[in-house]
Amino acid sequence: MLIGKPPAIPSSEITSKATYLNRRNFLAGAAIASAAAVTGVAFRDLADPRLTAHANDKIDGLQKSPFSTTEKETPYKDVTNYNNFYEFSTDKYEPAGLAKNFKTRPWTVTIDGDVKKKQVLDVDAIIKMAAPEERIYRHRCVEGWSIVVPWVGFSLSELIKRADPLPKAKYVEFTTLYDPKQMPGQRSNVLRWPYVEGLRMDEAMHPLALLCFGMYGEVLPNQDGAPLRIVLPWKYGFKSAKSIVRIRFTSDQPLNSWQQYAPNEYGFYSNVNPNVDHPRWSQAKERRLGEFLKRPTLMFNGYDQVASLYSGMDLKKNF
Amino acid sequence: MNRRRLTKTIIFLAALIPLARLGWKAFHDGLGANPIEVITHSTGDWTLILVLTTLSITPLRRITRQYWLIGVRRMVGLFAFFYGTLHFLTYIWLDKFFDVHEMMKDIAKRRFITVGFSAFVLLIPLALTSTAWSIRRLGGKNWQRLHRLIYLTGILAVVQYTWLVKADRRKPIEYGVVLSLLLLYRVGVWFSEKASAKSKPPVLPSPARNPL
Repeated sequence: MLIGKPPAIPSSEITSKATYLNRRNFLAGAAIASAAAVTGVAFRDLADPRLTAHANDKIDGLQKSPFSTTEKETPYKDVTNYNNFYEFSTDKYEPAGLAKNFKTRPWTVTIDGDVKKKQVLDVDAIIKMAAPEERIYRHRCVEGWSIVVPWVGFSLSELIKRADPLPKAKYVEFTTLYDPKQMPGQRSNVLRWPYVEGLRMDEAMHPLALLCFGMYGEVLPNQDGAPLRIVLPWKYGFKSAKSIVRIRFTSDQPLNSWQQYAPNEYGFYSNVNPNVDHPRWSQAKERRLGEFLKRPTLMFNGYDQVASLYSGMDLKKNF
Repeated sequence: MNRRRLTKTIIFLAALIPLARLGWKAFHDGLGANPIEVITHSTGDWTLILVLTTLSITPLRRITRQYWLIGVRRMVGLFAFFYGTLHFLTYIWLDKFFDVHEMMKDIAKRRFITVGFSAFVLLIPLALTSTAWSIRRLGGKNWQRLHRLIYLTGILAVVQYTWLVKADRRKPIEYGVVLSLLLLYRVGVWFSEKASAKSKPPVLPSPARNPL
């Protein structure tokens, strides 16, 4: 019970005028600093939206490629905020945030299986193997949407030649990093982890098959498969494995993750084909992000130069 | 009386929030890379949520003894129909752009379209007979029987959702669990009423009893 006169404040506890004024200065300073920080962030967002996704370094000395399309590129903000990257989330809008702190260095890639010399390569050593090219490719997702992306990389064949596979190697298998601590999507068994993809050797050696480490002239953002991925423009997007840690050469056809999950819906080849529908939806048309009306889907996504790889094959069976 | 009107007004406005949010986002470049997909999924989600909400009103009012809740059920049900209609329009207009040939192909070939379409069609008679006049015209018993179609709509909608997703079935399963609980409640009530009807002599209708 506090009845009576409260004790007088001892003079030792009274803030001196100088300190008091300092406090004001401090508050004013803090206010200015935080305002500056807020405007700085806001301004940076306005000035360059790319910086919000990832601080990307420019890649110099890019060569143009005859494989590039002249179609309008999809905005960077869409390609970096709409990602099917189940290692992070099954929600396409989430990998951009969840992959922010994903560690892409140090990073090694194991080359093994049917090769002359098994080895573990540093990703930066792989990137230096050949001159980087910009390749503007159409990219068609099995879900029925598509984008146009200026990827950076070089033909996968450059790496395969150096890996020196044995004659009995008929296929190449790609494995994505398994690290549930960094990749929260791997904590649930939506797919069997790690993610595995595969190609027939002649597909992998085709000059269109790209070993990719950048896009839009910069280092690949994490949510788009950094630090190293493949891009196969004539196949549905999921064939283009991301964040690769292992490349294995084998004589047996690899069992890719989506085929393992639903063999009646996803095959080994998964070539873009408007005439073979997904059992649950049509593949005849696609929505190019940013467009209202759907456009017809093209055979091999318009990359007819790969047709000879599949001559004589029944593509309804080998979907 | 005034309080009831106020409650209804609040629920009415609350039910419009999802649509308002979509509209606001659409005009502020907030629907992301694939706006039509977002609109399709959002209207579908809200249809299902509102169907489950109407189904939860009866158990809720009995358990909590908040009997006034029945007064808002029709409105919630009509909003389910409203969002279902938007969902359907999104499909025929934004997704297929009135391509009748492609839609016929879809309905014939894609079971998830067929199932979703049926779920929507089943809501139409319920919306049409939602008036007090219809209840009187059909008679309470018949009206109630007809409106049990909502159970089927709920089941078809959850099935459609499950068939639609590529691999991640967690969300449709969540909806499925809620729906199962709501349907199980009705099965339970039905059994216990049957059991008590057997053990007790039937109650004779007395002229003094209030019919409601």
